[in-house]
Amino acid sequence: MTAQINKTGAGAGLVLENIEIFHGSAPLLCLDAEILPGQVLTLMGPSGSGKSTLVSAISGFLPRAFTCKGRILLGGNDITILPPDQRRVGVLFQDTLLFPHFSVLENVLYALPPGGSMQERRREALALLAAVSLRNLAQRDPDTLSGGQKARVALVRVLASRPRALLLDEPFSKLDADLRAAVRQLVFAEVARRALPTLLVTHDRSDADAAGGPILVLDS
Amino acid sequence: MLRLIPLAVVLLLLAPIAAGTASILLAALGWAPEFDAKTIGLDMFAAVFKAPGIWHSVWLSYWVGLIAAAVSLGIVILFIAAFIDTRGFRLISAAIKPVLAVPHAAAAFGLLFLIAPSGFLVRLVSPDLTGFVRPPDWLIVNDPGGYAMLGGLVIKEIPFLFFVTMAALPQTEARRAEIAGALGYGRVWGWLISVFPAIYKQIRLPVFAVIAFATSTIDVALVLGPVNPPPLAVRVLQWMNDPDVNLRLTAAAGALVQLGVTLATLASWFALENLVTLIARMAAMRGWRGKKDHITALLAGASITLSVGLVLAGIALLFIWSFTGMWRFPHLLPDSWTTASWSAQGANIFETGSRAFVIALAAASLSLVLVLASLENEYRGDIKISDLTWWMIYIPLLVPQIAFIGGLSFLFLRLGLDGTLWAVVLVHMVFVYPYVYLTLADPWNAFDTRILAVARTLGKNVNNVFWTIRLPMLLRPVLAAFALGFAVSIAQYLPTLLIGAGRQPTITTEALALAAGGNRRLIGIYALIQTLMPFVIFALASLIPRFVWRERRALQAGGRG
Repeated sequence: MTAQINKTGAGAGLVLENIEIFHGSAPLLCLDAEILPGQVLTLMGPSGSGKSTLVSAISGFLPRAFTCKGRILLGGNDITILPPDQRRVGVLFQDTLLFPHFSVLENVLYALPPGGSMQERRREALALLAAVSLRNLAQRDPDTLSGGQKARVALVRVLASRPRALLLDEPFSKLDADLRAAVRQLVFAEVARRALPTLLVTHDRSDADAAGGPILVLDS
Repeated sequence: MLRLIPLAVVLLLLAPIAAGTASILLAALGWAPEFDAKTIGLDMFAAVFKAPGIWHSVWLSYWVGLIAAAVSLGIVILFIAAFIDTRGFRLISAAIKPVLAVPHAAAAFGLLFLIAPSGFLVRLVSPDLTGFVRPPDWLIVNDPGGYAMLGGLVIKEIPFLFFVTMAALPQTEARRAEIAGALGYGRVWGWLISVFPAIYKQIRLPVFAVIAFATSTIDVALVLGPVNPPPLAVRVLQWMNDPDVNLRLTAAAGALVQLGVTLATLASWFALENLVTLIARMAAMRGWRGKKDHITALLAGASITLSVGLVLAGIALLFIWSFTGMWRFPHLLPDSWTTASWSAQGANIFETGSRAFVIALAAASLSLVLVLASLENEYRGDIKISDLTWWMIYIPLLVPQIAFIGGLSFLFLRLGLDGTLWAVVLVHMVFVYPYVYLTLADPWNAFDTRILAVARTLGKNVNNVFWTIRLPMLLRPVLAAFALGFAVSIAQYLPTLLIGAGRQPTITTEALALAAGGNRRLIGIYALIQTLMPFVIFALASLIPRFVWRERRALQAGGRG
């Protein structure tokens, strides 16, 4: 499918320039879009429509069976061929994928960019946890947290790495309905506060509505 | 660097086998410059077949190998079919684990102490039931038919096959057995026709490895096997160690005959596979339900319990004998206890034990590094290894050791490398690497790599992610694979003896050197140490991750990690 959206030329946001993804030689998805800082672009579509593949392509993990044409620009820089660790694109998945061998605090410390004394780093990590009311769980084993707490740790962790764009790959779909709204609100508040260009991939209409940004619908 | 790993592994695994086999082939044809032999011909093979009783030796190797594989596989699969998901099954699974770590030689010595005419089992019923006041004149061990040797092989192959079968189970649709049950099939037969075929496909190579080992075993044969004539591999070793240089060339030809015997056994196994498939298919198509399987289940359960019990009781006897002063027949327990044997052997135990330890530590560590590099290379290059590669990894376990170790020792002699510690380590690695790889590959590949992707997007490069995420999270399987590699190295007899050229005695070569002498106190000591060394490493490999990750629930045994 093809989608085109509010292109303003090179900007501070995440630019997906003439992206074409192929599975082998079969075209899977075409997209030409710019996501402005603090904006959430929602991509909706059934499974198999290639939305998770797009997330892989932007974060730098496109599986071998796929090819991607076009350019990806972030803050004016071409990141199309950069390795994932240099792209500064944060990802939240459906599973929180917390590091099970680290404590909650260590998960955040691991994500903080290198630099600063250990004391400063701890203070910063704890402040980030305090902002989502997790300050008192800092020493806990992540496996002992509730689903909502895990989701918040995952959010803090990705923010700690100071990304310049955020990709959300169905990050709310495993949460209960009431929890879901709360976590969603928290994530979008951070996106706005930090002015992160954000791509949300979902099959849930309420996620898309809550995001408040433009919505693209893919068909399979 | 990492991309050169597959090449390094191929060199490590295949070069010694190819070079050793080539060297033995030349020697068998009469060309071995280090022994001043430079004529090409078939005389050496003629000499092999002129040796007295040679056909009996060949026959022993063939039938013991074939039957040992059939019996141990039969017991294992019937037991699993009849008892899986029961309490008894979990009990046996737990008890069988330490048995896997027991070296073949130690298990064989333990069995010897149990079943010999003056052994524990006869003492147990003497003189009350038997009236014996002297050990009976029975030829139970070292019997010409090779039955004791067969038993010694079966009790050690059962735990091995049990573990490879259990490893294959999760990848198989085990619920098919429930469907068979709902169609009115008996538990054992239903499992055999619905689940087993898929499992067997995955455990075929390990089964072949059992056949290759059993047809050419030397350590078990030296302890329990027939003496006059012994099985073929033992005769080849005797010729190889003979001061008469001409006999070494005969040994080379004999080693190739051994290779032929192992291949013939494998060929018979293929025929057996087809026959069993044919009969089972016929029974299944006729709708035979196999509902009366109580006796089969009982026999399988009893056999596996007995086999585990024999090994564990044997180890206990090694311990008892090592502290025995006087032990008259038919007394059940020693008349007096002493530490004299231990203190007399102290220095030699330390020397041969620490050498075995150093060799095993080096072989297992180097192999582990290579295996981790191979697996990481597969992950980074998105490589799925082919069937051919699987065969290649298995080759060191499928070729009888005597068929190429002998040739390799000729070659090392030529290069002046014989008798060095590092040559022994290198050749141990040929056998250690495959076991470490095969144990680690499954948990390594089952790892959810999305967690690595998360770490990458947080700004960590691919090396950082390996050291900080994957390796620590997989600490448990990594250490378990190391421990198995360590155990494999400790148990190596032939490579240590021939490549070490007798100058690198280890606890294992010492134990087997005692086999002919029959000093049970000394055998008890050496075989016990041989058992304890891998056991301690296995225990550490299981305790360390439990301690390190004691506050990380997901990484505890049974957790998701």
